Amino acid sequence: MKVILLLIVWNLFLDYCLLLMRMIECKDLKKIYTTGDVQTAALKGVTFSIAKGEFVAIIGPSGSGKSTLMHILGALDNPTSGSYFLDGKEVSKLDDDELSDLRRDKIGFVFQSFNLLPRTTVLRNVMLPLLYSQTSEAEREERARQCLKYAGMEESKFLNLSNQLSGGQMQRVAIARSLINNPAIIFADEPTGNLDTKTSHVVMEAFQELHKKGHTIILITHEAEIAAFASRVMTIRDGLIESDVKK
Amino acid sequence: MVAIDILKETFWSLSANKVRSGLTMLGIVIGIASVITMVSIGQGAQASIASSIQSIGSNLIIVRPGAQRSAGVSGGAGSNTTLTTEDADAIKAEIQNVGAVAPEDSKRAQVTAKGTNTNTQVIGTVPDYATVRTIAMEAGTFISAQAVKSSAKVAVLGSTTRDDLFGAGVNPVGQVIRIKNVDFDVIGVTVAKGGSGFTNPDDSIYIPISSAQHFITGDTFVTSLSVAAVDQSSMVAVQNQTTDLLLKRHNISDPLQADFSLMNQADIIATASSITGTFTMLLASIAGISLLVGGIGIMNMMLTTVTERTREIGLRKAVGIRKLYINLQFLSEAVALTFLGGLIGVGLGWGASVAVTKFAGVATQISTSSILLAFGVSAGVGIIFGFYPARKAAAMSPMEALRYE
Repeated sequence: MKVILLLIVWNLFLDYCLLLMRMIECKDLKKIYTTGDVQTAALKGVTFSIAKGEFVAIIGPSGSGKSTLMHILGALDNPTSGSYFLDGKEVSKLDDDELSDLRRDKIGFVFQSFNLLPRTTVLRNVMLPLLYSQTSEAEREERARQCLKYAGMEESKFLNLSNQLSGGQMQRVAIARSLINNPAIIFADEPTGNLDTKTSHVVMEAFQELHKKGHTIILITHEAEIAAFASRVMTIRDGLIESDVKK
Repeated sequence: MVAIDILKETFWSLSANKVRSGLTMLGIVIGIASVITMVSIGQGAQASIASSIQSIGSNLIIVRPGAQRSAGVSGGAGSNTTLTTEDADAIKAEIQNVGAVAPEDSKRAQVTAKGTNTNTQVIGTVPDYATVRTIAMEAGTFISAQAVKSSAKVAVLGSTTRDDLFGAGVNPVGQVIRIKNVDFDVIGVTVAKGGSGFTNPDDSIYIPISSAQHFITGDTFVTSLSVAAVDQSSMVAVQNQTTDLLLKRHNISDPLQADFSLMNQADIIATASSITGTFTMLLASIAGISLLVGGIGIMNMMLTTVTERTREIGLRKAVGIRKLYINLQFLSEAVALTFLGGLIGVGLGWGASVAVTKFAGVATQISTSSILLAFGVSAGVGIIFGFYPARKAAAMSPMEALRYE
């Protein structure tokens, strides 16, 4: 009798620990785009969870719904139905301002097209997410410098304008920007899509570095070679998860 | 912290996109400057015409003798000899709201002084004439009441007459001139008023009316009466009462048979200002069109930057900046742009008005209302079209804004 009770408590404890470990918890996510009278289902019911510290690559051909999934996970867009918990919070129930705060505090984003402010210095680009916050100017700059070094950016380029950089350097700046608020998760949407093979590998190594340091990373790509850098590969096709392989 | 960030960010954003900021401001600058300059030229012209009419005297009614008739033969207007200094005294004494009445008895005469001579209008009059015709003294004094009483042989020279007789800029007070073989002491010179033709007030000599009647003209009547009403609104009443009084004094029952006629300065001003009013309207409508064109320019510039800016807004939202701050940021940028452009525009319009006065010799008058109107319209257009698209973009989801084409 005592043993059974202990087992139940132990199991509950394990479940609880597992729940704590889970960074992302998705249940039956659906996204339907309506253009005029035509309805297109980009996601047809996706269920999975991602634990803290994982490096996940979501791979799939174009039109598979991987970008849509990424945008929902990144709190940039809302699902049509289903539930999505990020770090224990139900994202689909948040309003616009709460979503903004969530993106600021928990999420770092790296885009395919870098999305840096043109004609603006590297440092100011990295400090962008800290605008209008209580952080002092000196601390903002200090943190930006640290993140840039962390992302492997040479210090001599800190005051260069963003449009004077090479593609690889731009993506490093974007990675540094995504790190500035010390986010729980880093999302990367085809971060190597605009880069040549050599630079791609350099950027991917930078992500592996971040993974080793304990960051949770979710990456989207359509190249198996890039996905190979990750520790878990989810394949998406036609709005559904086709396979989910952990290394 | 937020306010400082917004100001800093505004400065960075505008200075990082110099061409864009410059072109947007150019529309505002041109719109405002052209309106201010054009309206200032129009109003300057109006003011200068009004003031040259006013310089004859203000609220003036001139009574002139009518035609002399004897046995059905008309002697022509002004030939009658029935208007007298007593009529002037009566008008002043009996009619309300009359500021001053100045009779004058004038005649052209040859005048000599120390070997030079000129032919000019010799006007016999009274001290009130200076009030009625707004005559100011450059040197010396005008005719005094004492001089009129004693038929003193004193003369006040118009500035042109002084130039002709003594040379430009010379102070002739204390010198002697000779009019029709009678010596007069010069006691003053008037300030030049400008004007030309038969009634140039600068090319005249003023002497006491009694002296004129005794020594120069030999008349017992006066050639005209200048009546000044105290203000614009009493002009009509003064004019009607003067007519009635003179008819009564001259024993004329039928107004059509009157031996005098009245001329009202307000009529002249009304005609002139209706002309300048049209002129100002013309300039204002040209300015209005340039304001419209400037406004469309501002609108165009603001709207064409929307694509780039919408993506920027998407990025700002994606990195977790709240909608409110994005709105404030873009509002602040639009306000900064329009105010900066507005200030430059006002400065340029001001400068252009001054330059027009200086180099083209056209009088200008900068009006506050034109500045406010031009500034208001441009700032309104700039802020609405700078802020509204940004507000719309900030309300989109970050992805929508990032993908905006």
